[in-house]
Amino acid sequence: MKQNAVNRMIPEYVEGLGNVKPFAGAFATPPDMRRQGPPVKCVQPGQTKVLENLEEVFRRIPIVDGMTLGFHHHFRNGDGVLNQVLDVAAKLGIKDLTVAASAILPVHAPIVDHIRSGVVTGLDAAAMAGEVGKAVSAGLLPKTAVFRTHGGRARAIECGQLHIDVAFIAAPAADTYGNLNGTDGETACGSLGYAFLDAEYADHVVAVTNHLVPYPLAPVSISQDRVDYVVKMDYIGNPGGIVSGTTKLTKDPIQLKIASYAAKAIAASGLLKDGFSFQTGAGGASLAVAAYLRTIMKKRDIKGSFVMGGITGYLVQMYEEGLFRTIFDVQDFDLDAIRSLRENRTHVEVGANLYASPYNSGCIVNQLDCVVLGATEMDTDFNVNVITGSDGVIMSGSGGHSDAAAGAKMTVITANLVRSRLPTLKRTIQTITTPGETIDVFVTEYGIAVNPRRQDLLEKFKASGLPLWDIHDLAALAEKVCGKPKSIPMDDRIVGVVEYRDGTVIDVIHKSKS
Amino acid sequence: MSKQGQAGTLESNDIHIIVKEGVPGSGISIDLTSTVLLPYGDAIRTSITDVCNSFQVKDIEVTAMDKGALDCTIRARMQTALRRCGLIQEV
Amino acid sequence: MRRSLLFLPGNNPGNVQSGGLFGADAVVLDLEDAVAPAEKDAARDLVAAALQTVDYGMCEKFVRINSLDHNGARDIRVIVPCGPDVILLPKIESPAEVVEQVKLIKAAERPGQKPVVVMAVMETPIGVVRAYDIAISDPRVTAISLGAEDYTATMGLTRTKEGQEIFVPRATIANIASAAGVDCIDTPFTDVNDPEGLLADTLLAKSLGYQGKVAINPRQIDTIHQAYAPTETEIRWAQRVVEAVEEGKRKGSGVVAVGGKMIDPPVVARASRTIDMAIALHLVEGA
Repeated sequence: MKQNAVNRMIPEYVEGLGNVKPFAGAFATPPDMRRQGPPVKCVQPGQTKVLENLEEVFRRIPIVDGMTLGFHHHFRNGDGVLNQVLDVAAKLGIKDLTVAASAILPVHAPIVDHIRSGVVTGLDAAAMAGEVGKAVSAGLLPKTAVFRTHGGRARAIECGQLHIDVAFIAAPAADTYGNLNGTDGETACGSLGYAFLDAEYADHVVAVTNHLVPYPLAPVSISQDRVDYVVKMDYIGNPGGIVSGTTKLTKDPIQLKIASYAAKAIAASGLLKDGFSFQTGAGGASLAVAAYLRTIMKKRDIKGSFVMGGITGYLVQMYEEGLFRTIFDVQDFDLDAIRSLRENRTHVEVGANLYASPYNSGCIVNQLDCVVLGATEMDTDFNVNVITGSDGVIMSGSGGHSDAAAGAKMTVITANLVRSRLPTLKRTIQTITTPGETIDVFVTEYGIAVNPRRQDLLEKFKASGLPLWDIHDLAALAEKVCGKPKSIPMDDRIVGVVEYRDGTVIDVIHKSKS
Repeated sequence: MSKQGQAGTLESNDIHIIVKEGVPGSGISIDLTSTVLLPYGDAIRTSITDVCNSFQVKDIEVTAMDKGALDCTIRARMQTALRRCGLIQEV
Repeated sequence: MRRSLLFLPGNNPGNVQSGGLFGADAVVLDLEDAVAPAEKDAARDLVAAALQTVDYGMCEKFVRINSLDHNGARDIRVIVPCGPDVILLPKIESPAEVVEQVKLIKAAERPGQKPVVVMAVMETPIGVVRAYDIAISDPRVTAISLGAEDYTATMGLTRTKEGQEIFVPRATIANIASAAGVDCIDTPFTDVNDPEGLLADTLLAKSLGYQGKVAINPRQIDTIHQAYAPTETEIRWAQRVVEAVEEGKRKGSGVVAVGGKMIDPPVVARASRTIDMAIALHLVEGA
């Protein structure tokens, strides 16, 4: 075991990852590899790609024991493809598969049964929510689970560290030759950005659609020249679970208070001027920050450059009002966001690599002025946990959290200081996903703490009348309100590794004691 | 028919407490479920016991379902339950 | 300042423990109408505990007790020793009721405890008739208010947003408060989804002389404060008045004029209050 740069003990070897490098700092590990390419294909004139069903796909490739299957999570909790693919694998008696999804959600709970029966032995994702997360924490998965960031998954695929044998791409619209987009059809999801890497680098690429159109489909997000097979199915996902009608702004007064402090901090930072760029989450305080910024930008006639995300109708409204010139879109959350992607020329679909990979000639998060993110827990060094609850059980994952935090000029965490009887801010936290060196400001309902590394921001905030706290005093307040929590003992066995965006390991997840 | 009393709700931030007078000599027994059992289970039991002690209630069965109540809420609900059970005098 | 008084249902731990976070000038922990009859004892215990442990920051702490014929005396006995700032007495109809409750409050105070003052709420026609006597009934009376919901119910009137039906008693209470030298706090605006309506209602109250308004939801606080913030015009006028007074003093002249108008003491006092509020709200630099 070695100690890494955030003082966590990391094993030197992890099955499935090989020898691992410990996290050395957000920008401390340069690349030292070439990109890895998939096998070259040849499809001749007259050959067809459309197969009858998933079973035929399995037989044709063929899919065998031990393979890694790739999936995107653009259908979120409405996804219907991943479960159906694994059901076919189970039916055909295939075992020892690794599921490499960009994220695993509560709808994927059937994976737990497939783990029990030996169909699935490995998991690789940027988040694992619901029953699957709990099962991994309980030690059910034979192999160590691998958690990546969105940018890190892209990097790992490009550089060959995550080798995908077969990518199954749920496609809202596909033509018979494998051109795909995410904006047409009844199960439209908008951007297919997380699937770009799977399409480019997987050994075999299978499009799964419920909306098969005659050749050619246009516009095209994922192109025919990388797609090997197309399968039409009746059900690939539930529209109600894929997108919400409209994303509504929170009315919770505490979330609004936190959002208002965050917006004031952003305004005080000096970043809120012409050319401002911004990324925020989809719910709670995060989206409300956008609402407050909108008011300020309109009042001061500020024209921003771009918003990145995670796109909701609210951000689209700001863009269509002229407050931003461009939307960079790696994921859409509601119907309005999808409509805008379809209609607006400078609403641009981007892949996870362009969005957030640290190993290329410059990803979009590098250009971000400000990102507003959440946290399950944070410690007094500003390290953040977005993967496990304070009970140490896996409930989500980094997603784009560490990527955006590393790239943005100012990273703002908005969170209740106290959620019911749980302090968000503690002296030590269960798991670190995002290192404190990339976190600048912590905004709570009680006030704001600034990372001591950012004396420049602290000086600016002092003049703004914002309630400022020393991080240790804020931690002491949280403990005073809730009482001192007992630390939760974990089992020695490591059930998951948390990979930082550059492939180094920033933390490990221990099995829960039952 | 032994005396019983209850107070509180199952709402977030609250604790639902049912108290039943215990057989003399049986002591304070606490059946606790909580959304924050691991970090705060011990603290909750201590508070419940404290309230019993401060009112010289020695033999009691307590069933508590906690939804992340702060300490002051736990103590207040416990006091209300004991009074409704008839084990504390009205002020 | 008592611009905003945020009501918190006393039996709701979530509201009670977070009440100090919303920036209101005061919180009112409610044992009366926001609590079901079967839960009054639970609310009393919870509010008593909260007063002793929850940090309400800069908020003045009010507790609305039940009226005497609904166990108000018990509320006083339990709550007063816990150190509230103000006891809100509901449904007051006579000075004698105030005097009796102040007596009970004094009896319940711990030795050395900061004296607990009271705010009387008139909610019936006879209460409005006797409001002046009520307001001067005891030195511990710090504020009065009209409870418009119960008042209109008693009178059989329809309560409206514009409030013409309560205009006379509302203005009467403000006049009486001024005559008695106590604060007056305006009745709540009950539509929490109508910030424009709330702003108009609060501006009306301000124009009648109310120092503040009851908020029934944290969302109402910012709008109420916006209404009470002195405008730039008001601030500049107040600054001119203060400067003119200073100059008058330097010249040894007792008579002060601004813009051709004579400035007498009440105007100077109002200008002074405007400057104080502007400073407190960071609208101008402190003197």
